[in-house]
Amino acid sequence: MAHDHGAAGTETGHAKQHGARLDEATGTHTVGHEWDGIEELDTPLPRWWLILFYICIAFAVVYVILYPALPGLRGATPGVLGWTSRGALATEIKTADASHAAVRAAIAQTPVEDLIRNPTLQRAAIEGGRAAFKQNCVQCHGAGAAGGKGYPNLNDDDWLWGGDIGAIYQTLQHGIRYPGDDQTRTSLMPSFGRDGILTPAQVQDVVSHVRVISKQDPASASSQRGAVIFAQNCAVCHGANGEGGRTVGAPRLNDAIWLYGGDRAAITNTVTNAHAGVMPAWGQRLDPVTVKMLAAYVHSLGGGEATPTVPVAAR
Amino acid sequence: MELVVIRAGVWFAALVLALMACALSVDWGFAVHMVICALAAAIALIVTLRGKDVDAISRGILRSPDPGKYDDEVIRWAVIATVFWGMAGFMAGLYIALEMAFPALNFGIEYINFGRLRPLHTSAVIFAFGGNALIATSFYVVQRTCRARLAFPGLARFVFWGYQLFIVLAATGYLMGITQGKEYAEPEWYVDIWLTIVWVSYLAVFVFTILRRSEPHIYVANWFYLSFILTVAMLHLVNNAAIPVSWFGSRSISVAGGVQGALIEWWYGHNAVGFFLTAGFLGMMYYFVPKQANRPVYSYRLSIIHFWALIFLYIWAGPHHLHYTALPDWAQTLGMVFSIMLWMPSWGGMINGLMTLNGAWDKLRTDPILRLFVMSLAFYGMSTFEGPMMSIKSVNSLSHYTDWTIGHVHSGALGWNGMVTFGALYYLTPRLWNRTRMYSVRMINWHFWLATLGIVFYAASMWVAGLTEGLMWREYGPDGYLVNSFAETVAAVHPMYVLRCFGGLLYLSGASIMAWNITRTILGHAQRDEAPFGDITFDPARDVPLTPAPVQ
Repeated sequence: MAHDHGAAGTETGHAKQHGARLDEATGTHTVGHEWDGIEELDTPLPRWWLILFYICIAFAVVYVILYPALPGLRGATPGVLGWTSRGALATEIKTADASHAAVRAAIAQTPVEDLIRNPTLQRAAIEGGRAAFKQNCVQCHGAGAAGGKGYPNLNDDDWLWGGDIGAIYQTLQHGIRYPGDDQTRTSLMPSFGRDGILTPAQVQDVVSHVRVISKQDPASASSQRGAVIFAQNCAVCHGANGEGGRTVGAPRLNDAIWLYGGDRAAITNTVTNAHAGVMPAWGQRLDPVTVKMLAAYVHSLGGGEATPTVPVAAR
Repeated sequence: MELVVIRAGVWFAALVLALMACALSVDWGFAVHMVICALAAAIALIVTLRGKDVDAISRGILRSPDPGKYDDEVIRWAVIATVFWGMAGFMAGLYIALEMAFPALNFGIEYINFGRLRPLHTSAVIFAFGGNALIATSFYVVQRTCRARLAFPGLARFVFWGYQLFIVLAATGYLMGITQGKEYAEPEWYVDIWLTIVWVSYLAVFVFTILRRSEPHIYVANWFYLSFILTVAMLHLVNNAAIPVSWFGSRSISVAGGVQGALIEWWYGHNAVGFFLTAGFLGMMYYFVPKQANRPVYSYRLSIIHFWALIFLYIWAGPHHLHYTALPDWAQTLGMVFSIMLWMPSWGGMINGLMTLNGAWDKLRTDPILRLFVMSLAFYGMSTFEGPMMSIKSVNSLSHYTDWTIGHVHSGALGWNGMVTFGALYYLTPRLWNRTRMYSVRMINWHFWLATLGIVFYAASMWVAGLTEGLMWREYGPDGYLVNSFAETVAAVHPMYVLRCFGGLLYLSGASIMAWNITRTILGHAQRDEAPFGDITFDPARDVPLTPAPVQ
């Protein structure tokens, strides 16, 4: 281990205190104190240490002159660069906004149905929508938009309220069962069991029927009784064959896709207590262009449907 | 006799008050705490009435040697408490690391969820493990370097046991969900008041022992210990100023709110690092490194300059925890420049520690305790460089809120604080129990390597995780939009979280070996039958190049 202990001349030049001795291993004198056998050497401050310390102090002084630093009674010194963290952030946001201005203006002027007919605009909208989705939607629908219990998978072609871009935009803009938005998508499945509309035995029969039309169970006496009850109570929304009803967001029941689970216990719970999922009206939270971009992104995920030539009356 | 009556009266009054507070409590956590306080007061009452018997009982339990010229009984207890709380804290740390990697381990049980176990881990390692190590070593060092017995021996015992009560109240409080929500200052108002009483007693014992010294000068280790005790008292009082919602409940409202509250919290939090984990442990280093190396301290002048520079600069650096927040720009600037100026004063301690080995470096071959000290100083140097670097605003904008911070903290905590404490424990145990050396020297070496490897896995995985997070959070695509969702960054660092658990497991394994080694030493078992450490004789016949073998 190399040891820089300064010039020996400086060492010997010091007037030594009583008890100071020369330490042979380092060639340095001790300062003459001793505590429980511990002595201390009279080594000068390491030169490199001192220089780096001064450099750090000089850096600090320069930085304090350049940036807001010294507080006074009427606010702090602003610094000669005039930098502020809020100002820097505003500039960054302004630059980012400027870089998007042209494409956002184009998207703003384009009706959402036409957005997917212009490949350049569509691509730009999907990119913007992807970013907005990751910030606002993944919490419920998942990073891959695969959804979860109570939150629909957006990658498939099973749509509750419609899968053309106009319908998706409508759902995004006004939300589902969202209080405070007059045009929000709304419907309410009755709590058939809890409210006594059906007896527990009847609920079990309906569940049997639903298990049959979803091809999970073979037909049984229970399911045949359930078919009658289904026709009277459920078919108006979910369709005679359980094909679902998009005007009221009634899920399709004759496929293998389940929002709240398709086993007997889960369906029993749904028929007994009903579910009424809520999605915010994003039109109240995000700017119109971002909502359009989100619609384009969700439409692009895999199940997007073509815009119907005759608009759906309920829209 | 009168004194005993007064003391017993005080403890009896405390017992009655605790029971009354329990009966009147407005929440069950407070009631549980008052029962614990009542039990503690009852034990203190019995101990007071039994008088001198208690010392004999204590020496019997600890198998203490005959009382020496110094008052070491409380130090023996503190050494055992350090090992005990260290194991508890490391285990809690490993468990919450596993919870981070595998959230199912929360089991939906509120008492063991990450949010409650995390302060349990930080408080256990900083205040229980670190705090007991500081109490043990400061009482040991101040007596030796002042050549004086502890002032107020009764008060010194109160400091130790009162501090254990503080730890128990804090830890059980976290599990029951009692917290005032200030990082590293989570205990509620009544626990804070109790700690204030204990801490002022600690200050009194320490200062009066220094005043009783029979040495002309105060040794540098004691400056550091004194600055630690004094500053922590100030930090604790200011940061914990709060108004209880009820005098019989475990909730309070902080006096300072908003950005002022945040600044005070980080003034406290940063100086908990600066004065508890740096100044206090430098005090430890300044005694045990020269003693173990049997060498003079490298530079007396450096010790003076870096001490005053360190304590003057450290106290202002807290705002760097609040870069790019609502904190005014000027305060952020000052927090940053004071942190940068702090670099060299921090390194002064490392230089003085490492260079003290000049003339004794060969001992590293044969002395694993010295290895612990040297590795500790190396990690101290690394983390005190990393700290000022991370305080630079442009670096901080990348590192803040990422696991880089966690890696930084642990390279300091596991490397510097942990290793210097382990070294000090290995130094103290044989001397306090009058053994020739530790039960096993080779086990110390195993501990050294397990701890070193554990830190490498821990710190390296967290550095990678932190950079990954920082870079993914700020990644923009060609269209100028953010690329990653937060959940994607969590998925990306999952392998690093698993590696971190492995590092923690290695570190815990090393500490378990230490606990075993120290227990055997205290119990007076015969030294482990093992080859002498580092005793490799030079064999000139083997010191030759390999002879090249002809190709078959």
